[in-house]
Amino acid sequence: MRATKSIARTFTLIVSVCTVLIFSVAIGSFYHRSRVALEQEVANNAAHLVLASINRVETTLHAIGKVAEDTSRSLEIAGYHDQSLTTLLKETLLDNRDIHGFGAAFDLNPAFNPPHPVVPYYFRQGERLVFAPEGNFQHLSQDWYQIPKELGQMAWSEPSFDKASGTILMTSCSVPIFSDNGREKQVRGVVVADVSLEWLTELVASIRVLDTGYSFLLSRNGTFLTHPDRDLIMNETIFSLAESRHKPDLREIGRKMVLGESGFVAYTNIHDVSTLMYYAPVPSTGWTLAVVFPEAELYADVRNLTLVVAGIALAGILLLTAAVYWVARRVTAPLGALAEATEAIASGHFDTELPAVKSSDEVGKLTLAFTAMTGALKKYIRNLTETTAAKERIQSELKMATDIQASLLPQLFPAFPDRPEFDIHAAMDPAKEVGGDFYDFFFIDPTNLCFLMADVADKGVPAALYMMVAKILLKTEGQRLGEPEQILSRVNEILAADNDSCMFTTVFCAILNTENGEVRFANAGHNAPVLISGGQANFLSIRAGFVLGPIAETVYTAERITLEPGDVLFLYTDGITEAKSRSEELYGEERLLQTLQAASRQELAEMIRTVRAEVFRHADGAPQSDDVTMLAIKYRGMAARNP
Amino acid sequence: MPLVPSNFIIANRHMRRREHAITGNRRLAMWIGLAVPLVLFWLCLAHARAEGLAKVRLMPLWSPQAQFAGYYMAREKGIYARYGLDVDILEGGPGRSPLQSLISGEVDFAVLWLATALQQNDDGLKLVNLAQIIQRSSLMLVAKKASGIAGPADLQGRKVGLWAGELSLPVLAFLERYHLHVQRISQAYTVNLFLRGGIDAASAMWYNEYHTILNAGINPDELQVFSLHEHGISFPEDGLYALEQGYRKDPARARAFAQASLEGWRYAFAHPEETLEVVLRRMREAKVPASRSHQQWMLARMRDLIMPADATETLGRLQLAGFQAAGTILHNHGVIKDIPDYATFTGDADAGH
Repeated sequence: MRATKSIARTFTLIVSVCTVLIFSVAIGSFYHRSRVALEQEVANNAAHLVLASINRVETTLHAIGKVAEDTSRSLEIAGYHDQSLTTLLKETLLDNRDIHGFGAAFDLNPAFNPPHPVVPYYFRQGERLVFAPEGNFQHLSQDWYQIPKELGQMAWSEPSFDKASGTILMTSCSVPIFSDNGREKQVRGVVVADVSLEWLTELVASIRVLDTGYSFLLSRNGTFLTHPDRDLIMNETIFSLAESRHKPDLREIGRKMVLGESGFVAYTNIHDVSTLMYYAPVPSTGWTLAVVFPEAELYADVRNLTLVVAGIALAGILLLTAAVYWVARRVTAPLGALAEATEAIASGHFDTELPAVKSSDEVGKLTLAFTAMTGALKKYIRNLTETTAAKERIQSELKMATDIQASLLPQLFPAFPDRPEFDIHAAMDPAKEVGGDFYDFFFIDPTNLCFLMADVADKGVPAALYMMVAKILLKTEGQRLGEPEQILSRVNEILAADNDSCMFTTVFCAILNTENGEVRFANAGHNAPVLISGGQANFLSIRAGFVLGPIAETVYTAERITLEPGDVLFLYTDGITEAKSRSEELYGEERLLQTLQAASRQELAEMIRTVRAEVFRHADGAPQSDDVTMLAIKYRGMAARNP
Repeated sequence: MPLVPSNFIIANRHMRRREHAITGNRRLAMWIGLAVPLVLFWLCLAHARAEGLAKVRLMPLWSPQAQFAGYYMAREKGIYARYGLDVDILEGGPGRSPLQSLISGEVDFAVLWLATALQQNDDGLKLVNLAQIIQRSSLMLVAKKASGIAGPADLQGRKVGLWAGELSLPVLAFLERYHLHVQRISQAYTVNLFLRGGIDAASAMWYNEYHTILNAGINPDELQVFSLHEHGISFPEDGLYALEQGYRKDPARARAFAQASLEGWRYAFAHPEETLEVVLRRMREAKVPASRSHQQWMLARMRDLIMPADATETLGRLQLAGFQAAGTILHNHGVIKDIPDYATFTGDADAGH
């Protein structure tokens, strides 16, 4: 079931993740683009709104400026003085209801012929005009007088609250009056129009954007003239606000404002709300009108819409995920059942029923294939079980044969503890369970010890059986005949007589006279033995002879040597000289001679162990095809018998 | 000094015109106007009697601002009371001269410039310096670098704004020092003429007009500033003064007032936030424009100006060198004929210091 879950889950996960990604990108891009479009639209609307408002303000301010300017020009051209001047001022004020107070102020320099009073002034009180001239000359160092005088042009003063109510903003529009004496134009005074900004405050307050948007007006110095937060009005400038709130970017915005620029900027307002702001200058006064839109509210509709879309998408994705999971489960469920059944089969329960084939799709085909495979497996395993049983039986029989064969060879050493004049030792390692090599030694009479080494061609069970025959014949005939050539001839005759299978064996047969060390021997095709005499190891030079078995009338010749006390005769089969290393290199006769020479002083048992170890070392675990058999006999002489 | 509740003068003008519009409430206002002072007077009287405090009055140079934070705090935190004084701090401002109030006996103590005191002294009105609050000149000339003014020599022939009376003396001394002939333009209490380019250089107090200029959007690096004290014009400014005859009546009380005032300053500098709140409150009560950042700047600069630069100077003590330097400048300009005796001027001769 784990595989089923895993496929279904993986599939579902991939589909869901991809869907979520696609929707996220789509919705994100939708939101972003909507915002950009909205921002653009709001920027345009804000610009229209601000510029339209500014136009209205400008129209009024410009008209006031025009009145002051016209009056100033009149004063320059015509010789208004004292009474005519005050009349002009009064009538002008009467005609212009936007102006609260109207007057003129003059330089005290007699060259300019200042009128009396030097500051004639009228102001509105209800429907009445009140004449209120000033005579303390303070005007000379006041902004409304000084700025137009020094600049030589119309100037709007920084607004301030009227002290009486403390709530109505007033500003003054002053226009210089020039005096041209023919040489140079000099300012002899100014015309001043005082204006209440109540209408402007109301106008700006009425500019509302969205629910929480607002607008504000800054003076030329950056002072707040109107703002929803009344504490700021006339108390703070946009720069002092930037300083106390540690907002250098606000200062930069403020600098652009007082420089008369206009723009659309993102700005974090005094309540730490992210807003967008559009600002533009009021040209004649240098003031700045700004409208502020809280971003949250501005984008609320887009955000809500996006949230709805995202919600729908989320629900859709959940539904899709469920559907995908259901389909995936449906497809993979038969696979899961099949996997479960297969697991049971894998653990040996071949009779487990595979799920019924309901469809002809891939899963159905797979189930059919599994059914066929299970049948084939069952049959195969039945055969295998039978074969294995047979093999095991043969194996155990072979084991017994091995034991029997081993027990046929003399294996007890020292073999003749009561015969100190010689020593004999032998060993055999079969290449397979049963071997074709064998050795034997036995006394023919108390003086003559017969010893032999044989190698049946072929290996395995046939060789072992042949070896049994050859060994028994050799021993029987050896004890009866007592001469090696006769023994070999006789045994050859017997073996050849009934040799349908054409098997043969090599034999080296020798008889040691234990009294004088004379060795009579005959060879039937076996390897020449090694004589170790006086620390030197050499192959005996002997006739080769023909192997026992194939031809009946083979004649064998006896040869003889005499062993000196201490001489050793080493017999072996080609399992030693033809032992192969992993690189197929033969052990060889040369190595054998060197090993024997090196081991010449060792006792026989030790010597045989040494040779065996050397051969094994050479083979280094490479599988050997031939039995490894050796026999060594050492003559000590009769002196050893009578100490 | 001057503060400039910028536009104050204009505001004043508007006020006078608007007065006539409120005749309807005049009767009520008159009654309140009569009743309130009476009640307050009675309360204060009772209070003073109960506490056994000596009732005195102080008028600072101008309407409430951080320039006078030390006196407000001394009163607010009961420091004056600890010195046995019940101090009523009157509002200064346009049309309210502390000197005139001192002469008329409306107040016992006044904050005046050293130059004013020396000039009055020379004219025969004997004043005693109880404490010198600001030891050096905080006056500066400010110009826009854009107008091509980089050094004092560049002021030659330019339009320079000067305040009226003795306030212009340090600037005149500066101009004389560099042999400059400039067009003197009478400067009122705003820097608008300068901001609009009507003059090339304006007189400014470091703690006030300079910051007002910065808060009108001009960056410090756009301004060329000539701090007079950096040009060798050492002119002690705000000091606490009493009429000599008033001082003689009760020197101990005057000394106590000066000590308590200095302690008020120490408190103000140690607790700037609390002080700022008190200053802003007083400004709102006086209905003058109150910008927190501006008052914060002013309080910080007052600390720079008032706290002694090194351990050898004493807070509030008129330095002999500064006294003589200022006296010499006034003498050379013909403002005074004689420099008064330092010990007499500071009241030391009588107090036996």
